[in-house]
Amino acid sequence: MPKPTVDTVVDKLKTGAAAASEMAAKRRMRSVQVQEGQVRAEPSFLSKITARLAYGDQVEVTGEQGAWSKITLPKSGAKGWIHTSALSKKEIELSAGATSAEQLASSNELALAGKGFNAEVEGEFKAKNKSLDYTWVDRMEKFQVTQEQMLAFLREGGLPASGGVK
Amino acid sequence: MTESSRRTFLSLAGKWAILGLGVAPALGGVLTGCETMEAVTRASTDLGVSTGVLDKEKADSITETVQETAKGFEDITPEQGYYIGRAVSANILRQYKPFNNTAANQYLNVLGQVLAQSSDLPETFRGYRFLILDSDDINALSAPEGFVFITRGMLRCCQHEDAAAAVLAHEIGHVQHKHGLQAIQKSRITSALTNLAIKSAKGLGSEKLTQLTETFENSILDISKTMINSGYARSFEVQADEAAVKMLKRVGYNPHGLEDMLEVMKKNLKPGGLDFAKTHPSPAWRIASIRPLLGDYPSKVAKPKARQDRFEKALGTV
Repeated sequence: MPKPTVDTVVDKLKTGAAAASEMAAKRRMRSVQVQEGQVRAEPSFLSKITARLAYGDQVEVTGEQGAWSKITLPKSGAKGWIHTSALSKKEIELSAGATSAEQLASSNELALAGKGFNAEVEGEFKAKNKSLDYTWVDRMEKFQVTQEQMLAFLREGGLPASGGVK
Repeated sequence: MTESSRRTFLSLAGKWAILGLGVAPALGGVLTGCETMEAVTRASTDLGVSTGVLDKEKADSITETVQETAKGFEDITPEQGYYIGRAVSANILRQYKPFNNTAANQYLNVLGQVLAQSSDLPETFRGYRFLILDSDDINALSAPEGFVFITRGMLRCCQHEDAAAAVLAHEIGHVQHKHGLQAIQKSRITSALTNLAIKSAKGLGSEKLTQLTETFENSILDISKTMINSGYARSFEVQADEAAVKMLKRVGYNPHGLEDMLEVMKKNLKPGGLDFAKTHPSPAWRIASIRPLLGDYPSKVAKPKARQDRFEKALGTV
């Protein structure tokens, strides 16, 4: 893939919106915008996880139910449900033969993946602010709650979760 | 904040120490709030011109493009929000010590996770996390993308699980509505996005990194100042309470849990405190504001034995 030049990026940024609607593809593609996207058998967090997606992975949205999107995974063709908040808001329109560079430029969301405030900026920030201690931030991130623990918690607490956790 | 931690905090040197003193800091650098979006964009693209990456025409073109595309906090991706959230959290943990009690923190994380999944933003970049802070202050804070902090003083305002759930849900509400990110001055976001536009053309190397880091640092200051000193706008607190009531109902808690917590808070808050006494509308005001949302739920919150037992076991010593 040729590296985008200043000209192509400027052009793409300028025409991004127009290009997206022009491409008006039949397939509605969206990107996973969280570090791990969990695909479930049913539109509920209480449902079994059937696949795990990586940040930036694309899925095809074929339907919606409440806050859940019914998706098909392009590679395997597997189907499932993912909470819509795990997907980028802007649709990534794919037309036949579109290059990755074009897709990147036509989607602000995906184009930003890994850029801007990232691990590199955090490293620089830490170097400038040596008295800031991330120890407990890192430790916090290690706290894990499994689906089984949540189910047991609801059951034991007599919590129906009928209007929520879905 | 305890006496000793307040002393430590006040002794901190540098511009970070200005936080909490209620003084508006004169932030350094080129990106102060009085500059217009255009000026900030221009500054970034000028950098590109001066380093020979862009000719003037292309720089103008990017400036124009960014004016069209950069809108504000909505354009901060979850990934970027995550790094902001981590830094804001590290800053919170500079002022408050963590309460290192595994059982209590684990309980809070299960409770918080159940609530977060019933929120309108269940998915954040790396998920929600909850940590108790070792302080008598009555305070709760949340950083972008789901880092939530609750002081022991705040947990002591909770007499049952439905009340503790209300505290966590209120903070999840702030995360859900991206109130933290909205405290960042718009010009900074524009600047960051401009850097990205240039970077995707050709990297600016260390100069760009330095500039982006400065924008990052100032964004953290914006959020911290708002959260810790001035507090959010009342409308944001109302939104967080409304979101909390919704979450409580969805999970199966009695939303009067929030009211119960606020009643105790009303008694426990010390006038002049640097905690919720300073940053939030009064408990009485919040109670009046949520009452119409509570519907038909019984005003006395039931405490099923198993639920109350586990609550007391986990948080009894807090």
